[in-house]
Amino acid sequence: MKEFKYKITEPQGIHARPAGELIRIVKQFACTVTIAKDGKSADAKKIFGVMGLAAKQGDEITMTFEGVDEVEAQAAVEAFLKENL
Amino acid sequence: MKKFQGKSVFGGIAIGRIFLVQKGEQQIKRVKIEDIAAEIARFEEARDTAIAQLGTLYEKAIKEVGKPNAAIFEVHQMMLEDEDYIDSVKNIISSQSVNAEYAVASTEDTFAKMFASMEDDYMKERAADIHDISERVIAILSGRVSLGEMADGNRIVVADDLAPSETVQMDKEKVQAFVTVKGSVNSHTAILARTMNIPALIATPVPLVGDIDGKLAIVDGFEGVIYIDPDDNVLAEKRARQEEEEQKKQLLLQLKGKENVTLDGKKVKLYANIGNTKDLALVLKNDAAGIGLFRSEFIYLESDTYPTEEEQFEIYKTVAMAMGGKKVIIRTLDIGADKQADYFNMDAEENPALGYRAIRICLTRPDIFKVQLRALFRASVYGNLAIMYPMITSLEEVHQIKSIVEEVKNELKAEGIRFGQIEQGIMIETPVAVMISDLLAKEVDFFSIGTNDLTQYSLAIDRQNTKLDAFYQPHHLGILRMIKTVVDNAHAAGIWAGICGELGADFDLVPLFLAMGVDELSVSPGNVLPLRKLIREFDVEKQKDEVLKRLLK
Repeated sequence: MKEFKYKITEPQGIHARPAGELIRIVKQFACTVTIAKDGKSADAKKIFGVMGLAAKQGDEITMTFEGVDEVEAQAAVEAFLKENL
Repeated sequence: MKKFQGKSVFGGIAIGRIFLVQKGEQQIKRVKIEDIAAEIARFEEARDTAIAQLGTLYEKAIKEVGKPNAAIFEVHQMMLEDEDYIDSVKNIISSQSVNAEYAVASTEDTFAKMFASMEDDYMKERAADIHDISERVIAILSGRVSLGEMADGNRIVVADDLAPSETVQMDKEKVQAFVTVKGSVNSHTAILARTMNIPALIATPVPLVGDIDGKLAIVDGFEGVIYIDPDDNVLAEKRARQEEEEQKKQLLLQLKGKENVTLDGKKVKLYANIGNTKDLALVLKNDAAGIGLFRSEFIYLESDTYPTEEEQFEIYKTVAMAMGGKKVIIRTLDIGADKQADYFNMDAEENPALGYRAIRICLTRPDIFKVQLRALFRASVYGNLAIMYPMITSLEEVHQIKSIVEEVKNELKAEGIRFGQIEQGIMIETPVAVMISDLLAKEVDFFSIGTNDLTQYSLAIDRQNTKLDAFYQPHHLGILRMIKTVVDNAHAAGIWAGICGELGADFDLVPLFLAMGVDELSVSPGNVLPLRKLIREFDVEKQKDEVLKRLLK
């Protein structure tokens, strides 16, 4: 299992568009990916789950990866978050 | 034959079949079903169709409004692929043995409630997305035609009211006219109709019931009437009128390529107003000499987050290049009042028209303003760009703008980024700006009179309030005198003055404007050629005194 924390800097938070982009990236991998905020977690492959966290600027999210390609998935998601959120 | 009187916002005659836009207000019936597997298959099929429709819309929107603004359709696709959503629908169908429409509607309810209960305002609004995708699936299940798929051409779109998100879905080639039950003279539909050059009626009490869908109808934009199932004699009469109009249009096309010059040789700049790069085709088709008003706020309104410098740069560059050296006047962000974007997070105001809007936002949030200015200056090397600033009320504002512009220029210089010479002007749309126009004229390169707001602020009438339409007097002598004052003060300081509001295309007043010496008129693309005809048949020297006397007494 891989895990990392990330603090949202984008003023709008994870709104619809970046949520969609995040899901598109995560879905390319076989491993399970979980996104959590304040003890609430969601499957990062489901858009309603991700949007339902309502992660805003300044919030810290925890991303967890479990499965064969967890290393690659983590790298891809980390790069995406840094670039866009 | 049934006849309904509405209010016309654009002339012309359209004959076609009604395309009824029904919002999902219809009751969804809960029906017991026997074959659960078949019902789930029905849902899956409808879901696939909906995803395919969204794919088509996405492609269409990319071309029309650009990738960032089109992304919402892609997000909608993902929502329909969300397993929790799908599972919920399937569970309801199988556990309750009910029809798919009902299962989708209940799922919509649950999910929408989840978002509606969130604290975050932005997320609250996402309930609308869930409504949108569920409606789409229900419409497919119940065989209703959605906006994006008009079966054939010559359609008269009849609706309660239309939002920009709905009109973007329409196949505009097939739309011959708009008729709405609600709407005001300045509503989105009205502006769209004027841009598309097709007749439109608002405030028309047509009963929006299913049986009018597909019926033959005539929209008479001159009289503000829609006839449903017209009698043969009415049909013949309107066909003849349409023919006559068509001939006039042809005549106007002959004016293409001709100069906008009066009989006594006075040249007038006849420009077009646009809100979007997709209007460029209309500008070129109607042979406008330039763009007198590019409403840049549409870039902000059609986005769900602040448009970046790059996004804006691309748009301004496209417009500048498409116009090939002709003048393109871009109005900076004019948001607020009736034009709101969620992500600006603006507080609700008691009186938004007199509130935090336009240049006031730009001056208090220079971070936003500078992004736009940088994009504009960078794009200036690709054509003949000019900038104008809206809602000016004081000299201090102009000075503040100038110092921000200087900062932007210095930053660009320091970064080694090239930019061209840009004419900079202001909109005269507040009564105080008229009163100090002699002073303002010494500070800027041109004036553009925004008659819509100037009229609203002078007459103290909210132009969104249809109840007040009867009191709205755009021809008020006070307004006409103000326009004259502005033009005179501009000329005294050696700058030019134009009109970019609705009055600029008011055929009764244009002779007066020519007599006053107005240098530029910026109008809907469809009005360019008719106005060229008027200008070419007018003799300023000969008719000036009579016109001024008659209209400015």
